[in-house]
Amino acid sequence: MNAIVTVLGQDRVGIIAAVCNRLASYNVNILDISQTILQGAFTMVMAVDVSKSSASFGELGKGLGELGAEMGLSIRIQREEIFDAMHSI
Amino acid sequence: MLNQKEILSTIEMIDQQHLDIRTITMGISLLSCCDPDPRRACGKIYEKICRCAEKLVQTGCDIEAEFGIPIVNKRISVTPMALVAGASETEDYVPFALALDKAAQSCGVNFIGGYSALVQKGMTKADERLIRSIPQALAQTELVCSSVNVGSTRAGINMDAVSLMGRTVKETARLTADRDGLGCAKLVVFCNAVEDNPFMAGAFHGAGEAEKVINVGVSGPGVVYHALQAVRGKPLDVAAETVKKTAFRVTRMGQLVAQEASRRLNTPFGIVDLSLAPTPAVGDSVARILEELGLEVCGTHGTTAALALLNDAVKKGGVMASSSVGGLSGAFIPVSEDEGMIAAARSGTLCLDKLEAMTCVCSVGLDMIAIPGDTPAETIAAIIADEAAIGMVNSKTTAVRILPAPGKDVGGTIEMGGLLGSAPVMPVHKESSAAFIARGGRIPAPLHSLRN
Repeated sequence: MNAIVTVLGQDRVGIIAAVCNRLASYNVNILDISQTILQGAFTMVMAVDVSKSSASFGELGKGLGELGAEMGLSIRIQREEIFDAMHSI
Repeated sequence: MLNQKEILSTIEMIDQQHLDIRTITMGISLLSCCDPDPRRACGKIYEKICRCAEKLVQTGCDIEAEFGIPIVNKRISVTPMALVAGASETEDYVPFALALDKAAQSCGVNFIGGYSALVQKGMTKADERLIRSIPQALAQTELVCSSVNVGSTRAGINMDAVSLMGRTVKETARLTADRDGLGCAKLVVFCNAVEDNPFMAGAFHGAGEAEKVINVGVSGPGVVYHALQAVRGKPLDVAAETVKKTAFRVTRMGQLVAQEASRRLNTPFGIVDLSLAPTPAVGDSVARILEELGLEVCGTHGTTAALALLNDAVKKGGVMASSSVGGLSGAFIPVSEDEGMIAAARSGTLCLDKLEAMTCVCSVGLDMIAIPGDTPAETIAAIIADEAAIGMVNSKTTAVRILPAPGKDVGGTIEMGGLLGSAPVMPVHKESSAAFIARGGRIPAPLHSLRN
């Protein structure tokens, strides 16, 4: 099952490293990363495969949310279908 | 891979534009719970609701977490209670409401709808007992919602029932006077009620429905408002196209959530209701959409036309996004639940007569409108009759959810809190309608009901 991780907030050193480390700790594989600075804000979108994840989807969301809170960022994980549904026919 | 811009636009809709799924409502048939012994019937009702909806709230929360989309309410609708309670040998129907309330509390849902009677052509003894028990039922319960259908395009308007509902609304306000008449926020009088509506307070599980079903109501006034800001000043057909595209996206999300909930709960998917349902939060208002279309204040001249455009565009956009559309589907205009409507009513621009005109083109009717506490029951009945007539002649659903504010007059405000919001007391006409209501009888169905 694929999911989308989005990271939004103030740019700083080590964001990608921290997020990737956290995902690796759950055995979540990263399929694609796109990162940019949009109007001064750090913006990263990752496609990930959670099928071999050691944590449930709820725990993943909670863990990433906590990491976000520690780093002053908004980090969330959502199943890919919601974006497919809204933006493609 | 998905386009980054699209992903971020979805997140912005959720974060900043109040995009949410307003409700997942499980409809449950209680026809199998009929029993001559009222206590046994109540026991069966409680047991069946708890068994069917045991996992509803947890499933809703799981979907919310996985898809990252808020699901504001989880609710239950049941068979109109007059049909179930009618089988029991009792004249007191309040215990049936208490059984519903207890079941709703056990399941952890926000509301349970279906303390209802359908009396568009006539009242059975059970219908009348149920209607007469509504004030007590709503005063003694917390989560139960009640609705009564008093008219339809095929049957006309049952004016005896309209008169009785005028008195019922008034009595409900009196019995819940310590809570600003909160009971009336949970009581709807319909014409052409639909059987698969997921929205409260008017939800019930119609007799033509399956054993159980999942219906989903979407929302999204904030998203439409934001999209319209990008086409400010452009011709109205451009605005309509913009609303259509936005409604399509919002509904696709509703369809996804509905299918997912249906699969996980092993319950057939019923419908997606394409309604624009506002909340009292700033930025989640239908009135502000109408103002964005170019009106200084909602309620001024042009409001009905703007609402007609909005209501139609929402349906056109949504209908292709879902495999099955139903319920009320359109724009809601509840006063107390919409920050812009509250402001327009306070300023005096939005009055009851204009709201009545707006209900000719919106999805439902006079909704969450506070009126002076000393308004006579006959005047309330006449307001219901006017609204039912609009529904009957135009073959649409109309409803009245009106709140006589105990001990308050024009200029006062009633506070209900949460999604129910607060409502400024609006003036009603002082001239009497009593002799008209006292006539009783029926208003015959219009000529165009004879379609066979």
